[in-house]
Amino acid sequence: MSDPSLRELLNQEYKAGFVTDIEADAVPPGLDEDVIRSISAKKNEPDFLLEWRLQAYRHWLSMTEPKWANVLYPPIDYHSIVYYSAPKSHAGPKSLDEVDPRLIETYEKLGIPLRERELLAGVAVDAVFDSVSVATTFKEKLENAGVVFCSFSEAVLKHPDLIERWLGAVVPYSDNFFAALNSAVFSDGSFCYVPKGVRCPMELSTYFRINAARTGQFERTLIIADERSHVSYLEGCTAPIRDENQLHAAVVELIALEGAEIKYSTVQNWYPGDKDGRGGIYNFVTKRGKCAGRRSKISWTQVETGSAITWKYPGCILLGDESVGEFYSVALTANRQQADTGTKMIHIGKNTRSTIVSKGISAGYGQNTYRGLVKIGKAAAGARNHSQCDSMLLGDKCGAHTFPVIEVQNPTAQMEHEASTSKIGEDQLFYFQQRGLSTEDAINMIVNGFCKEVFKELPMEFAVEAQKLLSVSLEGSVG
Amino acid sequence: MLNVQDLHVSVGCSEILRGLDLAVNAGEVHAIMGPNGSGKSTLAHVLAGRPGYDVTQGRVTYRDRDLLSLAPEERAREGVFLAFQYPVEVPGVSNVYFLKAALNAIRKHRGEPELDAMDFLALVKEKSGLVEIEEALTRRAVNEGFSGGEKKRNEIFQMAVLDPRLAILDETDSGLDIDALRTVARGVNQLRTAERAMIVVTHYQRLLEYIVPDFVHVLVDGRIALSGGKDLALDLETRGYGWLDPGPNAVAEAP
Repeated sequence: MSDPSLRELLNQEYKAGFVTDIEADAVPPGLDEDVIRSISAKKNEPDFLLEWRLQAYRHWLSMTEPKWANVLYPPIDYHSIVYYSAPKSHAGPKSLDEVDPRLIETYEKLGIPLRERELLAGVAVDAVFDSVSVATTFKEKLENAGVVFCSFSEAVLKHPDLIERWLGAVVPYSDNFFAALNSAVFSDGSFCYVPKGVRCPMELSTYFRINAARTGQFERTLIIADERSHVSYLEGCTAPIRDENQLHAAVVELIALEGAEIKYSTVQNWYPGDKDGRGGIYNFVTKRGKCAGRRSKISWTQVETGSAITWKYPGCILLGDESVGEFYSVALTANRQQADTGTKMIHIGKNTRSTIVSKGISAGYGQNTYRGLVKIGKAAAGARNHSQCDSMLLGDKCGAHTFPVIEVQNPTAQMEHEASTSKIGEDQLFYFQQRGLSTEDAINMIVNGFCKEVFKELPMEFAVEAQKLLSVSLEGSVG
Repeated sequence: MLNVQDLHVSVGCSEILRGLDLAVNAGEVHAIMGPNGSGKSTLAHVLAGRPGYDVTQGRVTYRDRDLLSLAPEERAREGVFLAFQYPVEVPGVSNVYFLKAALNAIRKHRGEPELDAMDFLALVKEKSGLVEIEEALTRRAVNEGFSGGEKKRNEIFQMAVLDPRLAILDETDSGLDIDALRTVARGVNQLRTAERAMIVVTHYQRLLEYIVPDFVHVLVDGRIALSGGKDLALDLETRGYGWLDPGPNAVAEAP
């Protein structure tokens, strides 16, 4: 491919265009109990939360970084990280005119509306929302329905009872190294509570929560769907996100009570590093949902195209009888990207069901690993799982790996596992070309066809964006 | 329209075509026959631009242009269509979506406006009737789970929609029972026009009972050993290919 890939252009953009002023309100680099006390104090947190953070920190000190994932990266120096800096000290471009035109071009290709482009390009939030405030009308509608949707910090102050009850209920601080670190130092994130019987009147999107527009390095999300409620939550967006923090260790906890349903969709497109693998985000995330009540349902859908390294296993604990867990995933690794991702479905209740559809695409030197656990507990009579793991390879320097683990302790369980690995063959490409289509169009159509089962689980506009995102991410990867 | 002169083609280190000449004019249907391994499919693929073939000698002009210098998609947009012997399956990509993208790529190349969804569906309806393909088939993923006959009919359907100037049918009869063969042939005959040329590659004379060619060429050992009218196909049916010993020909044509 003679054109320099868009991704390359974007890389330059990442280096050049973004300046953050962290001096305004930050703690010194490194981590000790004083830093944690200071973070908690700055946020006026109640004592229980400080105590929880400190317990998490002490536990973290006893842990070692996990090395089992199929990814390679140099050691992380946890003492050089600044664990808290207030987002208010944001000095970005004042309008889109000051943003690199190549970035704008990408937004155009992705079809991102103007207002969102401003947000994504880091234009000062005041400038974006100074006219008609989308967010305000949005907030009013939610309040009328009784839905609480706010930043985590705000929830800590306004709904401490809910936080104290549910924080760590699905992902305890002792869960793993990165979850422990997050629990000790998390800065902010999203909180959502949907009351009994309420069907959330709109898709909740992080786009619209202004103070979440710039995701923190240690983000924490907690979503509680009370009995018979329903909520669909969209995280992230398809445009390249500018971010200077290399290590991201987020935690997402979902709780669905009896008859409740949570649909959680993610599009992750963080800076993946340049084509030689320099730079890029390390995305080490713990995401888990608990179907706590009977007939509850949690559905994860993710489209992962960004980050240099992805380490992420959104899972479901199917505690309630007849509860349902779903995981639909597209993970693309191009250039030198590495992804080790999959899911855990833990069946505890009777007649619980889970579905796993994973589509991995590797291009360039990308390495893509599916890692999954399906566990059927002793009491989970009549549990069922269907897993499908498909890998697609573009070129001959990339890799696809699959590590599915199935543990069954109840003889009435029904398990199905399908897997395939395919390569975009010369035959397929030639067929498309012979009908007049260019190689790039052919690859886009073939890859999007491959991912169709996952895309159809996304809310519609998101699905359209996700398709375009794959096209942009694949640009220049085959030539 | 098409002029092939002294075409030599190798795959790896073996030479498959060894000095092939062929001239095809608009409105004509040429049948290329010959035993297995004589180079029939190679000719079809080289004309369409499939990678993996080395043209070591000779030239091919198509509408006064050097065909071999064009990329496969450029040839397609210029009106060269290959009906594949083994159409590939493309999971998740619907037939109509694929075909609409293809048609619009060709239209764009011709400087015509792209068809919108409504106009395109009207075209699909019209053409699917012409080649007797169920509309349901057009909405399924490209060739996925199609029977052999459905795949071949789908190729002819695509040809009907894309409206090529030069259609090359590579063993379109292979694997078809007699009913499917008749259906496919009827479709092809509908698409015969004074502007369109066709090259029908086949091993058996059977297809030529239904698609009656203007010319028949017998390909043996990488070159055309014999050319004639439609009756030549019948001779071949009774006498086989054995009598066309390539040896003497090769000697006769040597300088």
